Amino acid sequence: MKRSVFSYPYIVWMVIFILSPMLLIVYYAFSSGGALTFANIRDALSSETYMPVLLRSVIVALEATAICIALGYPIAYLLSKMKKSTASLVSVLFIVPMWMNFLLRTYAWQVILDSSGILNSWLKAFGLEPLHLLYTEGAVMLGTVYNFLPFMILPIYTVLIKLDKSHIEAAQDLGANGATTFFKVVLPLSMPGVISGITMVFIPAITTFAISRLLGGGKYMLYGDLIENQFITLGVNGWNAGSALSFILLVLVVISMVIMRRAEREAGEEGSKLW
Amino acid sequence: MKKLAFLVALVLAIAPLAGCGAAQEGTVTINVLNWGDYIDESLLEQFTEETGIKVNYTPMANNEEMLVKLTATDSIYDVCFPSDYIIEKLIADDMLHELNKENIPNIANIDERFLNLAFDPGNKYSVPYMWGTVGILYNTTMVTEPVKSWDILWDAKYSGQILMYDSIRDTIGVALMKLGYSINTRDEQQILDAEAALIEQKPLVLAYLGDSIKDTMINGGGALAVVYSGDAMWCSDPVEGNGDLAYAVPETGSNLWFDNIVIPKTSKHTAEAEAFINFLCDAEVAKANTEYIGYSTPNAAAFEMLDDSYKNNPTYNPPQEILDKCELYHDLGDFINVYNASWNRIKAG
Repeated sequence: MKRSVFSYPYIVWMVIFILSPMLLIVYYAFSSGGALTFANIRDALSSETYMPVLLRSVIVALEATAICIALGYPIAYLLSKMKKSTASLVSVLFIVPMWMNFLLRTYAWQVILDSSGILNSWLKAFGLEPLHLLYTEGAVMLGTVYNFLPFMILPIYTVLIKLDKSHIEAAQDLGANGATTFFKVVLPLSMPGVISGITMVFIPAITTFAISRLLGGGKYMLYGDLIENQFITLGVNGWNAGSALSFILLVLVVISMVIMRRAEREAGEEGSKLW
Repeated sequence: MKKLAFLVALVLAIAPLAGCGAAQEGTVTINVLNWGDYIDESLLEQFTEETGIKVNYTPMANNEEMLVKLTATDSIYDVCFPSDYIIEKLIADDMLHELNKENIPNIANIDERFLNLAFDPGNKYSVPYMWGTVGILYNTTMVTEPVKSWDILWDAKYSGQILMYDSIRDTIGVALMKLGYSINTRDEQQILDAEAALIEQKPLVLAYLGDSIKDTMINGGGALAVVYSGDAMWCSDPVEGNGDLAYAVPETGSNLWFDNIVIPKTSKHTAEAEAFINFLCDAEVAKANTEYIGYSTPNAAAFEMLDDSYKNNPTYNPPQEILDKCELYHDLGDFINVYNASWNRIKAG
């Protein structure tokens, strides 16, 4: 295989920032004091503390992904129905907040949800009881969905606007009503977008940390927080255990990517099978 | 495959160079690693004006994070401000530069009480910066009873209004003190007891936070919070904080801590770093600094110049009978693993 000279900087970049950190994780996960061992992984997998946290992370990520589909698909669909100029304006509104660091956006939610925050001062202005919003499980979910929703909307939107309108017209000509057209034509054809949306939301959501600390007040520990804690509190002594946890997460991510890739291929085939 | 091997070799060859990119010409810049909100930053400019030495200032969140940054093999820091038990560990690991006292004549300003402490006998490696206690900050509009004991943090009356530190030693320490154990215990059963107490307390806790405890308490978002005395000074200030807040150290005693200034062995500008330490020990500078951040100064010359509102404030200057009941943290060595396992179970539960 011949590679262009221009790809070398990219390959160097990948080796430094992607490949070598991963190799280090694998090295530390399977060693202890320099000797090869499976003890770190075994401890991590058999721990009565770590596994429930992993399970909670998976559940939070699945819930967040489901909510993102439920919210993101209609938004993407409405966007695709808009006039091109309006649609690009609205999609800019979704993209602009992403230019800001996600930690800052999460801090902003702290200000909004706080007991003396913006939302509660509105409620008070209307004479309503203030709500306890910040530092709850719901706040963690809100922060996760908010941060990753654009990654669901954009791929679906991209697929929907590229969708050949003549397919829809053909369905209508053949007597399909709105609902039938949507479920039999538009939805199957847009599945590749949904699936890449799922990948782009589920994987960052399962590996996320900091959101649970900032909006959950440290009460709803996720797997990412656990890994961070191993490295921070234990320092050098925690690298092996922390890497073992990271490795398990890495395996989980790879498995879900393989599943998604397969689903994407099948969805693509189904889309073409229609014709 | 050969190409890949070549690339890996190339990467390994150029990686160390990346760290040497910083400008080295002309003026010296010292890298200072400190806690957030823990210095009057205008003093940094004053130091540069007086000495021509530039300061690159980095804040960090907790002792453990500082340790990670200092133990990195390419650590760049010249001055940092760890707490007592971390200094004990850094000295044991031979990571600190032995101070040249001739460059720090202002150490004479420091109160004898704060010199020659157990974690650094003879102050060979460290100079006192700030000190204080750990206690309970409470909102007097929500808590009308006197705050005398750690038990109040377990009182179901205040469910959802209690704030704890997101810090392993401080939070497990509070539970150990409540149970009457040493905060440096190496008895696994005592740590399990503390863990059980904290798990029992968890439903009452609004959140485990870091520096944001201060804002939450000032905004009236919590009734009771565990804080350091210096933060309590700042929070209960009627102008900048909230006049409804008050601070109490439980009668059974608490943690007494000292944050000292040290120079890591990896520093390449030790003389300039010592000049910075000397500057911070200057009476006027220490006075401005302590007034700005609210933490208690160990600088006797600065303390003399302070207003009576500081000198007579038990938060700023706790009476000796309280200090006598307080305990310092010590480095736990590998036993921190036992604490950490408990901490993970508390946070994960």
